[in-house]
Amino acid sequence: MSLESPEKDWFKSPKGTERVWIGIALAWCLVMFLMMPYWHLFGKQNSTGEAYKVEPRQFEERVNQFVEANQVGELDGVPVVEPAPGGEAYLLARMWSWYPVLKLRAGETYRLHISSLDLQHGISLLPMNMNFQVLPGYDHVLTITPTSAGEYTIVCNEFCGIGHSLMVGKLIVE
Amino acid sequence: MKSEAENEMSDVASDVRECTLGADTTESSNRWSLRTLASGWRKCDSTGLPVCLDAQFFIRINAVFAVIFLLIGGIAAILLALTRWETVNLLPSDWFYRMLTLHGLNMLIFWILFFEIAVLYFACTTLLNAKLFSRKVAWVSFGMMAVGAGMVNTVIFQGQADVLLTSYLPLLAHPAFYLGIILVAVGTLVGVFNFFATLYMARRYRTYIGSVPLVTFGATAAAIIAVVALLHGAIVMIPTFMYSMGWVGQPDPMWYRMIWWGLGHQSQQVNVAAMVAIWYMVATLTTGAKPLNETVCRGAFVLYILFINIASAHHLLVDPGVGATWKIWNTSYAMYLAVLASMIHGFTVPASVEVAMRRNGHIKGIFGWLTAAPWRNPAFSAIVLSVVIFGFIGGITGVTLGTQQINIIAHNTLRIPGHFHATVVGGTTLAFMGLTYYVVPLLFRKDYILKRLARIQPWLFAGGITLMSVGKSFAGSMGVARRTSDIEPAAEAYGAAVHVFLGMLGVGGVLAFLGLLLFVLLTVGTLLIGKSNAGRPMECWGKPVDLGRHDTPSSGGEEEHKTPGTVILVGIFLIAFAVYYFANWTALADVWPVR
Repeated sequence: MSLESPEKDWFKSPKGTERVWIGIALAWCLVMFLMMPYWHLFGKQNSTGEAYKVEPRQFEERVNQFVEANQVGELDGVPVVEPAPGGEAYLLARMWSWYPVLKLRAGETYRLHISSLDLQHGISLLPMNMNFQVLPGYDHVLTITPTSAGEYTIVCNEFCGIGHSLMVGKLIVE
Repeated sequence: MKSEAENEMSDVASDVRECTLGADTTESSNRWSLRTLASGWRKCDSTGLPVCLDAQFFIRINAVFAVIFLLIGGIAAILLALTRWETVNLLPSDWFYRMLTLHGLNMLIFWILFFEIAVLYFACTTLLNAKLFSRKVAWVSFGMMAVGAGMVNTVIFQGQADVLLTSYLPLLAHPAFYLGIILVAVGTLVGVFNFFATLYMARRYRTYIGSVPLVTFGATAAAIIAVVALLHGAIVMIPTFMYSMGWVGQPDPMWYRMIWWGLGHQSQQVNVAAMVAIWYMVATLTTGAKPLNETVCRGAFVLYILFINIASAHHLLVDPGVGATWKIWNTSYAMYLAVLASMIHGFTVPASVEVAMRRNGHIKGIFGWLTAAPWRNPAFSAIVLSVVIFGFIGGITGVTLGTQQINIIAHNTLRIPGHFHATVVGGTTLAFMGLTYYVVPLLFRKDYILKRLARIQPWLFAGGITLMSVGKSFAGSMGVARRTSDIEPAAEAYGAAVHVFLGMLGVGGVLAFLGLLLFVLLTVGTLLIGKSNAGRPMECWGKPVDLGRHDTPSSGGEEEHKTPGTVILVGIFLIAFAVYYFANWTALADVWPVR
């Protein structure tokens, strides 16, 4: 009776199916736990959280240098920038836009630096549905390999004020 | 002198054991043991349990305030659902975020904390035959919580705190917002202190024999986790309040996230522990169920206390600045030992009901006990639905989305609210509603009005929440972000099917809101015009089963119980779990390589 004190000798090991279930549940928990280190060793999609402290203004400067050196065009007033294959790429999040538009090559691996100039943001790469957090003061580095060509949409998925839903950007893979 | 008093106490204690209620055992000066007091308590007309009148008063006002906040949060909820239902898209963005802030705080914080304080006061008095430690402390707690909640809601309506529940720095609200939250948190801690002080007095003066009942044990687990959660709240909210006043510099946003979620996620574990305690309580009240094995049930609560406190990581899985090892260890609650605890409760609760039903002669087939269960009792259907929704939708999605790498395809999408509406609404809120169907007749002493409507209420609410959660989950799998007023600006990024799922979200939200409204109307209506049942057992759902009968041992564990129905149910659960879990790994393998 869950509303009354149990008898004095209540400390007993479980029996029968209850015992079996506890064993099965524990085994399942261990399987789920081991899947994560396994995927770090043999899987291809991981979040290592690689990041460096950076002043927002300093990061903005780096982005501007990157854009200046690698701009190849313009899309709706936003520079389109093509980093060297396998090189460093920069993406700046701010209220309420993504800057610049990156043009990447399928099959190449890039070190993509993302940070915020103001509030917290979230990068959501669609329709792939890959999501990472973007914080001011943190240069978040994703070592990413686009494997399929196309035009992708980037939306912000961390609330960043009244214009949050308008914070939409592009990413092009050739 | 002291030892003499103690001897006297132990005499009283042995008297209490045989005490037929109301018998004169008041020779001692034990002012903590209800049954020996001349006044300040009453014997429950339905259960025979002693009710501390002080506790009853504070349970009542905390429960009433809880329901008020539930209604405020519910009105915000329907506006939000009608906005996320993209075809309707009701609110402009400023009001959407304002209502989202209001909804989060009233539902997740105020409704739940006020109700939990009521549960704690019940678990430490009636179940232990003890008097509430202090009226003054209870007033201080209630006053701080009510003032704090009032401040928060006012400042939200003034439009000076459009920062959502999480108020992630550098986003900044009016100082009154943080101060209000601090008041609610400290007020809750004061109430929790009252609970622990009552436990101490009950033990010190032996108002009960042996170990505390399982429900009190579970409530204690919830209280311990609450202390840890609220301390995190103090650590993060006090500097943020000081920053908002301009007294100190801005705290680091990453640090804020980590500590805030030490409050935010752990509060949810308080809810889980309180909800499970209520599962056991309502199972007993409605079917006379007894735990199969007290050691197992209590051990599972201990696992919660030990391991559930590191869940902050669930929100930082794709964050910069925290390493993978830290993420893996913490997100899994140290190898999923807290998940193990929930899987144990998920077995023992239905198994105890099955054993109780079979003992009462419902032995036909594998599920005869289930079809013969008291389905006409809304408290029973509410907790059954709570167990099912919490386990099958909330639990399975929660563990999967909280897997470190799978979080890449889930973080901040609608999959996340899809998950936690199944745990904290379909699970916790529904369990609280189920318990209310007993709180009102037993502690407000009114029989429910409109019983037929009450019988469908849990189904309506559960159906709505399930539809909404599933709609959210699927829309989220297609990349739709949470906390966004409108997806139109990125419309080309989503398939057309997304509107079907957002429609499900909307329709589910409407149904759940109707279920919530029905609950509030029935409960408030009963308080206002319900028939008093003072002096006789409650009538609405029949007398609670089996209480006060000591002929069947409560510890169990001696004999082996046969529970074939439960075995099949948990088998189905495990298969569903594994299928969903590995389907998500497969989906993850399809996205771009990243590290």
